[in-house]
Amino acid sequence: MPEPTHSVPTHSVPTPFLSTTPAPTAPVTPAPKIVFEDVRKEFAAKGRAGARRGGAVTALDGIDLEIADGEFFVLVGPSGCGKSTLLDLLGGLARPTTGRILVDGRPVTGPGLDRGIVFQQYALLPWRTAQGNVEFGLEATGVPRRQRPARAREFLALVGLRGFEDRHPHELSGGMRQRVAIARSLAYDPGVLLMDEPFAALDAQTRESLQDELLRIWQRTGKTVVFITHGIDEAVHLGQRVAVMSSRPGRVKRIVPIALDSRTGTDDLRSSPEFARHRHEIWSLLRDEVARAQELEKEEVSA
Amino acid sequence: MSPTTRTAAPDAAATATADGSATAAPHSASVPAKAPPQAPTETTRPEAALPKPQSATAPAALRRRVAHRLPRLLLGAVTRSVAVVALLLLWEVAPRLGLADRTFLPPFSEVADAWWGLAADGQLADNARASLVRSFSGFGIAVALAVPLGLLIGWYRPVADLLGPLLEVFRNTAALALLPVFVLLLGIGETSKISIVVYACTWPILLNTISAVRGVDPTLLKLARSMDLPAHRLFQKVILPASVPTMFTGIRLAGAVSILVLVAAEMIGAKAGLGYLINASQYNFAIPQMYAGIITISAIGVAFNQLLVAVERRLSSWRVPTGG
Repeated sequence: MPEPTHSVPTHSVPTPFLSTTPAPTAPVTPAPKIVFEDVRKEFAAKGRAGARRGGAVTALDGIDLEIADGEFFVLVGPSGCGKSTLLDLLGGLARPTTGRILVDGRPVTGPGLDRGIVFQQYALLPWRTAQGNVEFGLEATGVPRRQRPARAREFLALVGLRGFEDRHPHELSGGMRQRVAIARSLAYDPGVLLMDEPFAALDAQTRESLQDELLRIWQRTGKTVVFITHGIDEAVHLGQRVAVMSSRPGRVKRIVPIALDSRTGTDDLRSSPEFARHRHEIWSLLRDEVARAQELEKEEVSA
Repeated sequence: MSPTTRTAAPDAAATATADGSATAAPHSASVPAKAPPQAPTETTRPEAALPKPQSATAPAALRRRVAHRLPRLLLGAVTRSVAVVALLLLWEVAPRLGLADRTFLPPFSEVADAWWGLAADGQLADNARASLVRSFSGFGIAVALAVPLGLLIGWYRPVADLLGPLLEVFRNTAALALLPVFVLLLGIGETSKISIVVYACTWPILLNTISAVRGVDPTLLKLARSMDLPAHRLFQKVILPASVPTMFTGIRLAGAVSILVLVAAEMIGAKAGLGYLINASQYNFAIPQMYAGIITISAIGVAFNQLLVAVERRLSSWRVPTGG
């Protein structure tokens, strides 16, 4: 493990990088797809620890973000930093305490089919086949009954599941289930795809292949993707920009633009020097936060 | 070389083909290597390769398979029936050897004889019909009442808070203890008998439906919410199908209860029914006939349960098979 001093030179290296890269990788469009304006979220505290602190826990504080149309944006942070809360707010499943969130310039007031969520636990309906699960998404958007089967098959083929349409979720591997879930979210054509640690429950090989697959799909469909992870490698591999979050209350500590030549073209991107540099930068940013998060957890348990 | 070809995960086969040009044909070439066990059959099926060779070899293969399985099937049947046969043998032998009083426990052959006699003169059919009509109507009404009520209580907290204590009181009151009340209020006719069956069947269905609704996977609810599904669609497409397996446990229990309670009710006051048959036979000292009635009831109970198990299996075939 590198000593703290090691992070100093590497910190200085990406700086010229930062100033030069945003133009090619994340073109600054006049109207961003998603905007967070000074968003703050508090929860009514449960249990003794919260009661003593005045009844509220601040999960997120001072979140200001702009995500461009078609961007692949990754949020990485220690556990309990409010990443999932942030995604819930964006998905309209919860409301911010203060501040506001805009999608396409309109404030988010509730859930909607312009944002598709992919959950870590797949959330497939176990009584429906792969085909039926994708059609479930289409039923909600009011796609005519006769068009659904063809459209569902098309999207299952897009995620590489041709020939598995009639399988029930329990007959599919974890990776295949997540593919079905991705197909379901894509099928009703939301502009934004929200992914909450979608690959966390998969084994390493399946995860890598699904990451590549996701990049391919993203490039093909041009969706805006907001992707949550606690994996640094995953963040660097997938994100055009990676937002590193601090431990509670969750704030955006730094946004790191990732400059990699081509994400899907090279043999082993993960061993390239740029990859290692980005990885180390994020690792350094996260390390203190993880330590702090663990301290917080200990305090809470002993309180 | 694409990075995906390095991976050896089960679903990497699908990735590899999808990465290049997503065609179906390469599946069959790449899947058998490291695919899950079901994959080969699935991937060959759409290519219509199966029907022809199967039609040529099917009879032979089927015969071979049956011949192969027959001993095991027979063994299974023998294992399952051995305990029942032993009981019947004991029943036959014990009275004959004087181990039990023959007057009160006639040998099984005499009971079978009496059963045949009852069946032949139509008494058995009449009484069984009377019982089944009561028990099925009661059971049906209970399902129709308790399932919607259970869905309501399970989903809406306020309803649960309002009705919870009342349900707790009724649930813990034995149905048969209330039989005199039913008779006093509804008379001795069909109404009181069907009512007591409805009452007794309601609780297992209601309680299981409530817990089924509360046990719906929260991620599915979150998914439905994220898709902005209206309440009635949420019920129809998520909550109801997800609740079916647990709900059916209650329905099956209710099936057993419906017969149990009815027989007791018929023993107290009735002019027809299997419970009446048993009671009347006892009063008239027609002991073999009494046992014949008892056997009929247990046969009906077993058959009803098997029927419900079959329906349950059909409706919840999607459930992950547990324990192989």
